[in-house]
Amino acid sequence: MQLALFSFFSLLMLAFALGVILLRNPVSSAMCLVMSFVSLAAIFVTLDAYFIAVVQVLVYAGAVMVLFLFIIMLLDLREEKRRRVRLSAWVGGGIVVGGFLATLTQVITALPALNVVKPDVSHPMANDVAQVGFALFRNFNLPFQIIGVLLLVSTVGVVLLSRKELK
Amino acid sequence: MPTLAHYLIVSGLLFAIGLGGVLLRRNILIIFMGLELMLNAANLSLVAFSRFNLLNDGMPNYNAQVLVFFIITVAAAEVAVGLAIIVALFRAKQTTHVEDLNTLKF
Repeated sequence: MQLALFSFFSLLMLAFALGVILLRNPVSSAMCLVMSFVSLAAIFVTLDAYFIAVVQVLVYAGAVMVLFLFIIMLLDLREEKRRRVRLSAWVGGGIVVGGFLATLTQVITALPALNVVKPDVSHPMANDVAQVGFALFRNFNLPFQIIGVLLLVSTVGVVLLSRKELK
Repeated sequence: MPTLAHYLIVSGLLFAIGLGGVLLRRNILIIFMGLELMLNAANLSLVAFSRFNLLNDGMPNYNAQVLVFFIITVAAAEVAVGLAIIVALFRAKQTTHVEDLNTLKF
């Protein structure tokens, strides 16, 4: 059952990710990206990471995608004109991506330690959000504060960048 | 039951698709979407490792999930700044096509 759900959502996610890079209309690409993010959230649920799944839907499928669609509307992007495909770019890209995939499959199949079934957690009904919160505020309090400063800096930077005349 | 190798292969395929999008597409917005796909692939492998390597008390390693939380936060900030730069670029050049942006090309 779990394998079926995992395969279903993985295929869905990979198919929509392919749609992102293959479709010519930027709006279709953005919609495919939303579906890909939602499928990834479902895969997170199969890994018992409920908090991360919810954050994925809220932040990625919500905030980030609204931002993308806003910019696509603002720039009034139309469907891309077909340009002459540059053979060298496709050959180079294909070699890089193919080499990466070949290396990865070789490493994964060569390591028997990776061929393990999911072990059972001791408290399957444990409060996932509370556990992440404990780890976040006890062990990672300083990085958490730094991330807050980073968000503030990026917000100020965006406001400065999007002013009419850059000084 | 899916094994750790399944999750890692799916994560690798997602990363490869994102990398292909960054290398092959010419629209700067789609390149940006490819970057997001690659970040998500990294998140997937981190969560998979967290679930498959239980700590001594039999709970998932939540440190990895905190790292994923940080990655999502930084990615959100990065998207905001990147899209603001794209808007400024579009104002200056009226294009989002990377081959039309060749001022710095040697």
